[in-house]
Amino acid sequence: MPTESSPVPAAGKSTAKTPEILTGSGQILRSLEALGITDVFGLPGGAIMPFYDELMSSTGIRHILVRHEQGAGHAAEGYASSSGRIGVAIATSGPGATNLVTAIADAYMDSVPLLAITGQVFSTLMGTDAFQEVDISGITMPITKHSFLVTRPEDVPATIAAAVHIATTGRPGPVLVDVTKDAQQNSAPFIWPPKVDLPGYRPVTKAHGKQIQAAAQLLAEAKRPVFYVGGGVIRAQASAELLELAESVGAPVVTTLMARGAFPDSNPLNLGMPGMHGTVPAVLAIQESDLLISLGARFDDRVTGKPSEFAPDAKVVHVDIDPAEISKIRIADVPIVGDAKDVIADLTTAFAEATAKSGKPDLSEWWTRLEQLRKLYPLGYDEPEDGLLSPQYVIERIGQITGPEAVYAAGVGQHQMWAAQFIKYERPNSWLNSGGAGTMGYGVPAAMGAKVAEPDRIVWAIDGDGCFQMTNQELATCVINNIPIKVAIINNSSLGMVRQWQSLFYDGRHSFTDLNTGHGTAMVPDFVKLADAYGALGIRVTSKDEVDAAIELANATNDRPVVIDFIVSRDSMVWPMVPQGVGNSSVQYARDHAPEWEGE
Amino acid sequence: MSHHVLSLLVEDKPGLLTRVAGLFARRGFNIESLAVGASEIPGLSRITVVVDVDELPLEQVTKQLNKLINVIKIVELDPAQTVQREHMLIKVRVDNTSRSQILEAATLFRARIVDVAPDALVIEVTGDTAKVQALLRVLEPYGIKEIAQSGLLAIGRGGKSITERVFKN
Repeated sequence: MPTESSPVPAAGKSTAKTPEILTGSGQILRSLEALGITDVFGLPGGAIMPFYDELMSSTGIRHILVRHEQGAGHAAEGYASSSGRIGVAIATSGPGATNLVTAIADAYMDSVPLLAITGQVFSTLMGTDAFQEVDISGITMPITKHSFLVTRPEDVPATIAAAVHIATTGRPGPVLVDVTKDAQQNSAPFIWPPKVDLPGYRPVTKAHGKQIQAAAQLLAEAKRPVFYVGGGVIRAQASAELLELAESVGAPVVTTLMARGAFPDSNPLNLGMPGMHGTVPAVLAIQESDLLISLGARFDDRVTGKPSEFAPDAKVVHVDIDPAEISKIRIADVPIVGDAKDVIADLTTAFAEATAKSGKPDLSEWWTRLEQLRKLYPLGYDEPEDGLLSPQYVIERIGQITGPEAVYAAGVGQHQMWAAQFIKYERPNSWLNSGGAGTMGYGVPAAMGAKVAEPDRIVWAIDGDGCFQMTNQELATCVINNIPIKVAIINNSSLGMVRQWQSLFYDGRHSFTDLNTGHGTAMVPDFVKLADAYGALGIRVTSKDEVDAAIELANATNDRPVVIDFIVSRDSMVWPMVPQGVGNSSVQYARDHAPEWEGE
Repeated sequence: MSHHVLSLLVEDKPGLLTRVAGLFARRGFNIESLAVGASEIPGLSRITVVVDVDELPLEQVTKQLNKLINVIKIVELDPAQTVQREHMLIKVRVDNTSRSQILEAATLFRARIVDVAPDALVIEVTGDTAKVQALLRVLEPYGIKEIAQSGLLAIGRGGKSITERVFKN
């Protein structure tokens, strides 16, 4: 991208005591270093060039040059979601900044700590429709926790520090810092640590003791309690506390799409995922429960179905660090605002106290019912009638062969649901996906970011043929920067989830969902050749007997990324399913097959 | 639905009004009236906003507003415990026969004439919503040419202040 003027050289190091005089660019870099940032993803352009000039000489920060800014955004998300550390994405003004918007919105929906730094045109040009000018701090207002505009170099340290503080504390989320080119070029004394003044930002972390006791009392009295666990438990790093609480109560746990891995799938208390494509035991446990303990979950419509018919007999204890989530969709009987880690630990203590005399509640009748549901309606799938590979089998094998220490990042659609269902997660931060925003194209760049954050782990992107075509340019980034991710394209030659809905709800009219990448089509593009062109290892798998060998080869290949084109059946559907707009009790186990009901 | 008067103490930062107004629009809440001005503390502004919502959505909008980094404090003002005022400038058509009647009406409402022309008067009135609306009804038959109106302003009765409570801790 062309530049408006030549960059001004950075100021030299000054002597001790008196504050160093640094350019705004130097201040950005030094602030990031001081905050412990070690990896950033970005792509330079005119308005961010002064900062890139500084970045070139940094020894503390690794910059990974992406091929599209959206890739930088999702990579930063994957970095954050796999490690718990803040992700950083950098872009220039105008289109560079707007290319970050999807990833920022995604991070906002899924509460991912993300710092976006964008260059802005000279402050003297702002508001004149200057070249590559957009009001990115304005554009991102509804999709960030906060956005800043910096026009003076002396404001840089406090702004960067405030941005990181806001992004990582309370309910995490994205923060954007837009820095004008003159603020990057001009110099000012660098004062660290800066004075961060945020009088309007005081997240509550420690919950009210009385509310905790009220919740513990309900737990002690409940006959059919369920722990409804959301992504907040992962963000709060509260898995250990949750395990202790759930085991001491002995109540079932359901883990939402965002919470897969927050509680081990191998634990017998775990009924799996609730919601539109949840397991029948998880969905019906909630429907039949008399007490729902919601921990860091937000009653998303994909979980609740029709809200008025969701868990109709349950009292609700709602624990969230964001007060605005409580009673937003469902009125909470016991609202608890606080950090999940602290609240869950306190709840365990309070439950022990509440049951010290009376003893723990007898949940054997409840478990009899749940075990019956488990036995009758296990997760499963039918082999496709067309004789092609079953997508569920492929995904299940990837999980079984690679194991729970790996990281799995999905795109959005059928393959995402199958990856949530058929890979068994044992630890938090091992499952990354775009849950709230549903961003196709999240998978490859998120896997890339995760591999940078956790280089010793195997990182799989479970992607669709549609998703892969949205962001596969980051394979170049992976090859050049030695980031050996594995990509499994679950290639059903179509926008599979849309096609499924067309099959079910639009009389099988498959309007514009054919992608022509798979079996019996022109196969455009040829994903194996594409992988080859990028310098990745491309493998095509069309039959069941090739699946294991391909996965094992991918896991053993660490000198370059691997792309496996799994040619699967396009007719496989995601089951169970609750059709949109109805209550969750209408869950279908398979097509036209509803679970049997007990004496309703 | 019912009227609620919210008093917001906010940091005087660029884009603040966009953030507040955008939040109302995005969450589907209608702003009936909005008044923005400096507070008694340098760098802080006070926004008085009137919304027409039920109790439960009001709780949601208050919580969402509280999440804005630049919003320091939100208080719902109970009409019984607050003084509420609107300010309006009314340009009304006059002629030689109507002028004295209009002047009389203005006096009744303790409104002031702030501009006089052969064919029009500008009347300034301050009061609660009911009073201002009543004057408007009286003037209407004469022909109202233009009005300019402030948003509702409100402040709690008694010695306590919202700002004090915020900065005590």
